[in-house]
Amino acid sequence: MDFGPFLLLALMEGMVMAAVLALTAVGLSLVFGVMRVVNVAHGEFFMLGAVIAWFVTHFMPGPPAVAFAAALVICPLLVGGIAALSDTLILKRLNYDPEATIVATIGLSYIFQQTALTFYGPDARPVLAPFDLRIQLPWFGYSGYKIAVVFAALAILLAVWLLMTRTRAGLIMRATQLDRNTARAFGINVDRVYAAVFALGAGLAAVAAVLIVPIQQAHYLMGHDPLLLSFIVVIIGGLGSLRGTLVAALVIGLSDGVISVFFSPTLAKILATLLVAMVLVFRPQGLFGTKP
Amino acid sequence: MLELSNINAGYGNVQVLRGLSLTAGPGQVTCVMGRNGAGKTTMLRAIMGQISTTAGSITLSGTPLQTLPAHEVPRAGIGYVPQGRRLFGELTVAQNIEIGLMTRGKGRATRDYVLSLFPRLRERLSQRSSTLSGGEQQMLAIARALCLEPSVLLLDEPTEGLQPSMITLIRDTLLTLKSTGVAIVLVEQRVDAVLAMADHIAFVTAGSVAETVPNTGLSTDSAQFKTYVGV
Ligand SMILES: Nc1ncnc2c1ncn2[C@@H]1O[C@H](COP(=O)(O)OP(=O)(O)OP(=O)(O)O)[C@@H](O)[C@H]1O
Ligand SMILES: [Mg+2]
Repeated sequence: MDFGPFLLLALMEGMVMAAVLALTAVGLSLVFGVMRVVNVAHGEFFMLGAVIAWFVTHFMPGPPAVAFAAALVICPLLVGGIAALSDTLILKRLNYDPEATIVATIGLSYIFQQTALTFYGPDARPVLAPFDLRIQLPWFGYSGYKIAVVFAALAILLAVWLLMTRTRAGLIMRATQLDRNTARAFGINVDRVYAAVFALGAGLAAVAAVLIVPIQQAHYLMGHDPLLLSFIVVIIGGLGSLRGTLVAALVIGLSDGVISVFFSPTLAKILATLLVAMVLVFRPQGLFGTKP
Repeated sequence: MLELSNINAGYGNVQVLRGLSLTAGPGQVTCVMGRNGAGKTTMLRAIMGQISTTAGSITLSGTPLQTLPAHEVPRAGIGYVPQGRRLFGELTVAQNIEIGLMTRGKGRATRDYVLSLFPRLRERLSQRSSTLSGGEQQMLAIARALCLEPSVLLLDEPTEGLQPSMITLIRDTLLTLKSTGVAIVLVEQRVDAVLAMADHIAFVTAGSVAETVPNTGLSTDSAQFKTYVGV
């Protein structure tokens, strides 16, 4: 293949990566922004989304498209429910203390992993894509499903953005983020907002996982990479900045795609980690964050 | 009628309020004075349920407030203008007002009334509240609290750092509210402002009300002001 088409292929792979990464990282960023909780279990919410998607599509009768659509609805709801429960049972009791919640979410991540290992097993299992369409470009054929993933992710991100900026629920979340005591003085039930935000963040990771699982397979240890990359994205974009998170996801996703195709995935991760180190040294508030 | 009776409260192991009692009646302005650190802000935060009391009772028209979660206290009809304003700085003027209205499900009529009290805010609805001038921020803090149509209004040093004309505006607004039957608790350090507005003055020292006097026959050089405020 010539360089041009090869680059195009790499960019398309990068776009898929960026789209799924953006969804996952926005979830992490939202939770940190509103609750000031560094959620180390975020990658396991992603993994749970993928594993539950396997169960749903495996046991659901009917055509793969219907089973997949069901997974797309059931997984984020179920994972969101698990997250809301974790918030109420654990994080709330720790008073959202920043250090204690880090330790607690590390603990949660082991619980989720071991639960998945027990009930799902150690194997990686595929989930059928909802449709099988190859789009033939002049130079190579490309999976129509991957293109659909990019558009689905964009649609969900747009919905999140509208939720945060155009709705009453978004206003309540932002007020809570800015000053939780004053929010309480204006009737905002901060406990309920926190549970909802934690559920929303986990649900976004889960939906990202459902989208990616026909490409990647479900495995009980698959949460590591999304967690690491989400942290990289959130740090580069600026903690709590939605816009920064999106831009950083695009940069990391695209460069990961390109570098993985031309060189190796390991080099891509090395460079991303190096970029984080540079950002932490020269611009600790992130590229789009405001100085604390 | 808001009644605090013998309340104790503090932060962690540090007790700040010691047997504090205070009554604020409808259509009355109850001013609270005391030195820095006397516990005035702590008292208001205890009323709002932001810190819990360890003894005593707080009631609103006979209903106990201490058992309510903090977010239910404003819904019972208590508007709060915190010290330092505490606006939602990244949100616009309109959004701050919207949050005030949501507290008790008030609508357009309330919004129009509140904005008619502060026409300057109406001109700046889409401005980020952190970019307002100090006086405008204070107007917004008061407007946001009035969006609850509160029966009790708590204000913590609303005139801090404001020029005389702005203080006059705030005074006139509070006197208008008073005439509609709102119970006003005003924490205030300026003696002239207190003399112009108060029905009663409660002097706080070391976490309790040492003396409550009606605002009759007082002047800027009355003994109480020297004793409790040091002016
Ligand atoms: N969050 C807190 N944690 C610990 N101690 C606090 C806290 N907030 C206030 N205090 C202490 O409680 C005491 C009373 O403070 P408070 O803010 O109620 O005083 P105040 O009368 O409002 O003073 P000022 O006139 O300066 O506003 C002070 O000694 C203060 O240091
Ligand atoms: Mg104070």
